[in-house]
Amino acid sequence: MKDEITREERVDNLKGMGCSRKRVEDARFTQGKGNYVDDLKLDGMLFGDFVRSPYAHARIKNIDTAAALEVPGVLAVLTAKDLEPLGLHWMPTLAGDKQMVLADGKVLFQGQEVAFVVAEDRYAAADGIELVEVEYEELPVIVNPFEALQSDVVLREDLVAEDGSIPDGAHGPRKHPNHIFTWDAGDKAPTEEVIASAEVVAEETMYYHRTHPCPLETCGCVASMDKVNGKLTLWGTFQAPHAIRTVVSLISGIEEHNIRVISPDIGGGFGNKVGAYPGYVCSVVASIVTGKPVKWIEDRMDNLMTTAFARDYHMTGKIAATPEGKITGLHCHVTADHGGFDACADPTKFPAGFMNICTGSYDIPTAYLEVDGVYTNKAPGGVSYRCSFRVTEAVYFIERMIEVLAIKLDMDAAELRRINFIKKEQFPYTAALGWEYDSGDYHTAWDKALKAVDYEGLRAEQAQRVADFKAGKTRKLMGIGLSFFTEIVGAGPVKNCDILGLGMFDSCEIRIHPTGSAIARLGTISQGQGHATTFAQILASEIGLPADSITIEEGDTDTAPYGLGTYGSRSTPVAGAATAMAGRKIRAKAQMIAAYLLEVHDNDVEFDVDRFVVKGAPEKFKTMKEIAFAAYNQAIPGIEPGLEAVSYYDPPNMTYPFGAYVCVMDIDVDTGVPDIRRFYALDDCGTRINPMIIEGQVHGGLTEALAVALGQEIAYDDMGNCKTGTLMDFFLPTAWEVPNYETDYTVTPSPHHPIGAKGVGESPHVGGVPCFSNAVQDAFRPFGNTHTNMPHDHWRIWKTANDLGLHD
Amino acid sequence: MSNKKHITLSVNGKTEEFLAEPRELLIYTLRERLNITGPHIGCETSHCGACTVTIDGKSVKSCTMFAVQAEGAEITTIEGIGGPDDLHPLQEAFKEHHGLQCGYCTPGMITRATKLLEENPNPTEEEIRFGMAGNICRCTGYQNIVKSIQAAATEMNAAKEAAE
Ligand code: FES
Ligand code: FES
Repeated sequence: MKDEITREERVDNLKGMGCSRKRVEDARFTQGKGNYVDDLKLDGMLFGDFVRSPYAHARIKNIDTAAALEVPGVLAVLTAKDLEPLGLHWMPTLAGDKQMVLADGKVLFQGQEVAFVVAEDRYAAADGIELVEVEYEELPVIVNPFEALQSDVVLREDLVAEDGSIPDGAHGPRKHPNHIFTWDAGDKAPTEEVIASAEVVAEETMYYHRTHPCPLETCGCVASMDKVNGKLTLWGTFQAPHAIRTVVSLISGIEEHNIRVISPDIGGGFGNKVGAYPGYVCSVVASIVTGKPVKWIEDRMDNLMTTAFARDYHMTGKIAATPEGKITGLHCHVTADHGGFDACADPTKFPAGFMNICTGSYDIPTAYLEVDGVYTNKAPGGVSYRCSFRVTEAVYFIERMIEVLAIKLDMDAAELRRINFIKKEQFPYTAALGWEYDSGDYHTAWDKALKAVDYEGLRAEQAQRVADFKAGKTRKLMGIGLSFFTEIVGAGPVKNCDILGLGMFDSCEIRIHPTGSAIARLGTISQGQGHATTFAQILASEIGLPADSITIEEGDTDTAPYGLGTYGSRSTPVAGAATAMAGRKIRAKAQMIAAYLLEVHDNDVEFDVDRFVVKGAPEKFKTMKEIAFAAYNQAIPGIEPGLEAVSYYDPPNMTYPFGAYVCVMDIDVDTGVPDIRRFYALDDCGTRINPMIIEGQVHGGLTEALAVALGQEIAYDDMGNCKTGTLMDFFLPTAWEVPNYETDYTVTPSPHHPIGAKGVGESPHVGGVPCFSNAVQDAFRPFGNTHTNMPHDHWRIWKTANDLGLHD
Repeated sequence: MSNKKHITLSVNGKTEEFLAEPRELLIYTLRERLNITGPHIGCETSHCGACTVTIDGKSVKSCTMFAVQAEGAEITTIEGIGGPDDLHPLQEAFKEHHGLQCGYCTPGMITRATKLLEENPNPTEEEIRFGMAGNICRCTGYQNIVKSIQAAATEMNAAKEAAE
């Protein structure tokens, strides 16, 4: 048989890896036909909503639900008393703590869930909420973690023994009733020694403020208990549907096979939708109690005030170096504010996530990190907002310490980075705090970035600007923000990464249909990343069927294989690897079928784009389409019919994407308004699956970084009132505030990943935050600034200028 | 609360008549009563634009308008802008230029953009950014949304020229 199209055309037809395939998801979204959880309507569905605490710390004396129950349309009001007989008034958190589902005797943060009103519609629920009478007795409020560690006020009485002693927590000994854990990594004494004897030491204290992932769609669910069949179906905004199924089974006692969890379309997650929230538990109970489906959807205020804050790290650093700038040691201490419950979403053995990646991209021989977790009267959370477990904090810390050291050494910060980078030939590189970086080529990326922006030219322009400013010719300063980051993503190897004891592998199951199309199901779930598009591309290249003929399905625990979900940029590194491996199993069987059909030995055929060819005789071949059909219609001796495969992939290591970012900013000293003139982002995410989607992820991640660096904050007053509960006060940038970004790349494939991919969704956020922040701080460096805390909103920038005497 | 009002309005060319409490918000009417779930809820405080619809020729955030205030109005939602057989150039352009990720903001974005281009068929990038500032997207960073709107404008202008 002769082929009428070229090999190149055959490759193009697959729309496999490396091409900017248009997204298959977009048709429904652009026509308003997405299927988000709030779009779901079931017969007789009820609506539940919370009575929330106005106080940040108070005892509950009494809850009177009688008047609420009189409201037409209100069917039930649940309180902790109703949940207690079921053992559901508290629930386990992902961090080994427990959290009240409904206030059990006291409240620990403003907005805490006190009662759950179930009604026929949202208006009736709101009317019911108004009439639930809760009698509170206010208690002293602590919003500062340093104060919490000194205070006599005990926030969590449930964690203090009757004799007043403090039992160990999930992560070891606790030194105060409001203390959660101390976690450390590295070598303490040697690090202290290096710092004590170093010729140059730079020190800085910085606060990485509390913020929130704030996806455009809030969290929500619909629970439906089918009492006839004993089956519970739970639809919701879950970034990890299988983990939710297991958690629901463990805490409710319903057998796992009787629970079906479905994540429909999700309107952005960014870490907000990883955890389990009281709303899920209450909806399930309410559905069991009423026998009807119950929907719970947060409003924006609930979302910002109660589910999943991020960051809130008070960090102190010491960095030691030689006078020439070679770094010799790094010390980091963190006081981590976890709020009223420890509900961080980190792998079990990492209560401070991967904060121990804080040596960054640098060859630092000695380092030590210590983190103290603390309870305060603030909302629980501590999720990874568009980053892998606390990596944003780690990268911000080191990228600020580098700048502070550069100031101390009176050196150029770009050069300081260059002389300390881990060298290409040092990979795989074991860092002082334990991680083994799989691959990297930092110098190449850095040089490319600096050249692209004409770094020298920018510095010359900046010097001129400073001179002009001093001469009274301009009121605008210029800042050059630099950052070089190394991410650690793809959690992770089961040997050290689990959540609630569930190993963090992931999975893919493929079924090839007789006519040569396919369906693949994964344990992950897209929240806008375009999995249905990109995973089909991976498969197309692996199995030689067009991506357009492959359906990708995720998010239904009854059909998808078990997986740990999508967050921490783990989908491509883990599920992407499972997809490739499952594809290779398909290919191995296809090879045998092809050999049989071509009447040669298995070893005499080889894979070529979309077919198997007889070695040395390319005119003799069987296409994958033909092979698929043969798998279902031929009795092949020794081979089972059908063409299916499943792979569970436990990655041997994390992947380590990296990147080099430069931001150029003008700052109006008198108004504090920054103007981002230029932003250049070079990302190395290993093998690139879909450049269009990568670029989109970079734009989005940078914009979330801009938000965090320049204004986005969850702030409290001394009474524990959340001051940023609406989008009026919580900064989300609009098209007007956001610049155009220049994207670029280098490719350093991961050596251990089947297709060399590393993950990219979170890199721009991780690298972007320090880059924007460094730009602001760099503008003020010539006037004596070493460090100011984010968020650099207009007021704080103005204040920095004012403190430096620039308004005098 | 039962002081219901009789309301008549038209959505995507179809007349709807119903009784509703004065406090019923238009987004609730659309989503819950009429099953038109294209417009989404992102804030209910007029900040995000996910609920944007067109009412009598103006872009309106339907989360902060009562259904009674829309008495007699002509309302267009994303569902009325284009469907599988007659995609609007903006719908095409958003697909073509990766103008969306999670898709949650998309119906509001496209609905708003139809008005923007009606009012200003040749917008500059600055005019697009300003004209779209009432619609928040958490995923895309806007760059490709701007690109999509520019592409749709070019396409629509070319089509108009060809027709003249
Ligand atoms: S929901 Fe209407 S503007 Fe946000
Ligand atoms: S695409 Fe997700 S909010 Fe815009």
